[in-house]
Amino acid sequence: MKIPQKRVHKFLRHGKKFPHVWCPGCSNGIVLGAIIRAVDELGYEKDDMAMVSGIGCSSRMPVYVDFNTLHTLHGRALAYATGVKMVKPEMNVCVVTGDGDSTAIGGNHLIHAARRNIDLTVIVINNNIYGMTGGQYSPTTPTGDFATTTPYGNIDPVFDICKLAEGAGATFVARTTAYHVVEAQSIIKQAFEHKGFSIVEIVSACPVIYGKLNKKGDAPAMMRDMKERAIPVKAFEKLTPEQVGNKYSRGILVNIKKPEYTAEYTKLMDSLQPQKGDK
Amino acid sequence: MSDKIEKHRDGMIIKDKNSTAKMEVEINEVKTEGDYKKCPVYIYHDWCKKCGICVEFCPTGALASKPDGSPYVKAPEKCIHCELCDRLCPDFAITGAKR
Ligand SMILES: Cc1ncc(C[n+]2csc(CCOP(=O)(O)OP(=O)(O)O)c2C)c(N)n1
Ligand code: SF4
Ligand code: SF4
Ligand code: SF4
Repeated sequence: MKIPQKRVHKFLRHGKKFPHVWCPGCSNGIVLGAIIRAVDELGYEKDDMAMVSGIGCSSRMPVYVDFNTLHTLHGRALAYATGVKMVKPEMNVCVVTGDGDSTAIGGNHLIHAARRNIDLTVIVINNNIYGMTGGQYSPTTPTGDFATTTPYGNIDPVFDICKLAEGAGATFVARTTAYHVVEAQSIIKQAFEHKGFSIVEIVSACPVIYGKLNKKGDAPAMMRDMKERAIPVKAFEKLTPEQVGNKYSRGILVNIKKPEYTAEYTKLMDSLQPQKGDK
Repeated sequence: MSDKIEKHRDGMIIKDKNSTAKMEVEINEVKTEGDYKKCPVYIYHDWCKKCGICVEFCPTGALASKPDGSPYVKAPEKCIHCELCDRLCPDFAITGAKR
């Protein structure tokens, strides 16, 4: 009799130590599962994929998957990924990054990669804090919330990662949560298929640091919160400002076509080749 | 590391017995249809971190927590193989997939 196998095992690096390093209930593992399922569903081989990351809890993800992987410098994943994509335009390059990694130290790389519309898929695991280094506030820590560096509450306004990416020129922008895994998988799949810069913000739970500092309860409680607050984008647009409150939209926010960078580059290179009759 | 585990999980190729000592997984003995009915959900306790997510979000109440927080299949007949526990488990430690 056949025993059900988890599809994810096909893509996990079993030489690595499991259980993985993430804390109990941390959303990073859920996102990894969704990425793997999306890859499996698209029928990609392990070698068709490159996963690139910087530094952070979320950025440890490439360690565990059997794709081509690069675990690079804090904030610089997009620079490395751009290099990979330029050399191997046929490869599906996926960047996994944290909110600090992508919007604080790596903010500049993010906006310029978006501006170029280079065909990368960026998955931002937004847990509203610097998890790995013990809980410093990040550009997405909500105003008023606590972090080790904001012991009296954060006075900074927050970055909306999706709006930032859209403004910078990203051609596929989506937001979902770790609770909405089925949606996450389908959005990640569409992001992989999109030709151009695609970014998926996944609202995630860091129950051990952010959750504890802000009394958000355990992992299931933080995920119930996502369930209540994340509203499908169509319904969200109909809400009045009072109804919006602390809710946020989920779903595909932007999906447009623009010239893609590696394609433009190839075109340019082709046009510069010596033509017949050139002296 | 017993061969049983290798056989049961062809997705999990265990080569180096020493380095993967930690990867040993506890698996229910399933030989017959009856066994499967008794336990349609597999929990790999060695990977489980007792976060409680699977129990919380199982839509049918097939799962429950022991006092120490580890999940178990309380009502196997209720499982509808929605795979939600499977997808939501951050540790790849449970599968509710249909066989
Ligand atoms: C150049 C550099 N500066 C600072 C650090 C320290 N550092 C490591 S991870 C991290 C923050 C990670 O936060 P985030 O990207 O939100 O990921 P999370 O851990 O929350 O998943 C920092 C500041 C570093 N490794 N390198
Ligand atoms: S510190 Fe937070 S983000 Fe990092 S592994 Fe733990 S729960 Fe996850
Ligand atoms: S597969 Fe669905 S019904 Fe069955 S235990 Fe998992 S969550 Fe519950
Ligand atoms: S979701 Fe996974 S890690 Fe959490 S209690 Fe259930 S089986 Fe264990």
